Amino acid sequence: MKLVYRGKRIEGLLAIIPANERSFLDEMDQFDFPRGRSLKLKEVMGYDRHRIVDGPVCVSDLAVAGFEHLFGRGLLGRDDFDALVLVTQSPDYFMPATSSVIQGRLELKHDMFCVDINQGCAGFLVGLQQAFMLLDQPAIRRVALVNADVMSRKVSTRDRNSYPLIGDAASITLVGRCDDDAPIHANIKMDGTRRDALIIPAGGFREPSNPDTRTQHTDIEGNLRARDDLVMNGSAVFNFVQTEVPPMIQALLETAQVDVDAVDTYLFHQPNRFMLQKLADKMEVPYAKMPSNVVEHFGNSSGVTIPLALALNLRERVLGGTLTTVLGGFGVGLTWSSMLLPLGPLEFCDIIDYPQVS
Amino acid sequence: MKSILDILSGIRPEFDFSTSEDYLADGMLDSVDVITLVSDLDRNFAICIEGTDILPENFSNLQAIRSLLSKYGVAA
Repeated sequence: MKLVYRGKRIEGLLAIIPANERSFLDEMDQFDFPRGRSLKLKEVMGYDRHRIVDGPVCVSDLAVAGFEHLFGRGLLGRDDFDALVLVTQSPDYFMPATSSVIQGRLELKHDMFCVDINQGCAGFLVGLQQAFMLLDQPAIRRVALVNADVMSRKVSTRDRNSYPLIGDAASITLVGRCDDDAPIHANIKMDGTRRDALIIPAGGFREPSNPDTRTQHTDIEGNLRARDDLVMNGSAVFNFVQTEVPPMIQALLETAQVDVDAVDTYLFHQPNRFMLQKLADKMEVPYAKMPSNVVEHFGNSSGVTIPLALALNLRERVLGGTLTTVLGGFGVGLTWSSMLLPLGPLEFCDIIDYPQVS
Repeated sequence: MKSILDILSGIRPEFDFSTSEDYLADGMLDSVDVITLVSDLDRNFAICIEGTDILPENFSNLQAIRSLLSKYGVAA
């Protein structure tokens, strides 16, 4: 599906990461694999360290800390946004919506549109487009898009396929209107027939959590996990990304009539370095234009990896100027989406720790 | 330059890769090993195996790997 937006911009961005950092070298003995195989995996995938919550920290905790940072530093006023869009796969509760929890904890105004979206690695693109659509309403001047997940709490620590790459994080992206009426092209596709490729099988209403679903079993590859844990079919996900993403980006650029070399940066979701470099090879994009270092620094935090990639690699450039940017997200659903937009100058683009030390 | 068998043995030294007809079904390689194998093949033969070629059937046995490499101009 092709989509087009006008007169919208990202104004600023804050990422919030847990201060608790774990290293792959310290954790690899918890997997039922020889150290040599794990070390090869570290080298190829770019696993090094990841940030995960320490204890029962929830999505609303990270988000509230982020908003308080913005309020305290005068980067955002409490009444300066009219919608709060939260994209998460790890809500505080089944009900109420975690966006309402955040609104309530911050004691924000009642004249506000709050909504939760259940999305993962394409969640920044899905949330950004929801924000753009909300901004077509005259009453909504600015949207706070919150991407947040604490998926480490739903991944077995003995699952070598998923645990080393998982990361927890949140981001707050302020999205508003602007005078630039140039089209912002985007596209999105979804395929629910492949929903089992990334799934937490039990714990919802289809298969409520019980002692059996909480019992860990060893899979064919030696990973130990329960049905209450996230399970990823790595081969299926890898093939999905390599098959669907390059033509999606090609279609986006053709629609916008922009040459692949005219793009300053390709900010893609960050599953691992190997997968991103294979995409770059296929698309003939220099590695320098496609950051792939978020997993090695922070882990894969689903919809937060694009904001993290931006703040980690391009902060100065988007604070001081404008980058022609292609955003790309792909993951659970399955869902894949991309957008071509001018990014910057931003009013802020920062990463803070949770809890904040200073 | 290493041979394919040398590369496979470097990943899983406990197995003899010259006899099996299906490395994955026989438990000699898993999906993560395949990623390591692709990385090693890329580096060893100075090629770039496309992501869409990273399918289990292309790494199921020695002949399948040879066939894949031939697509990239490598006679191994």
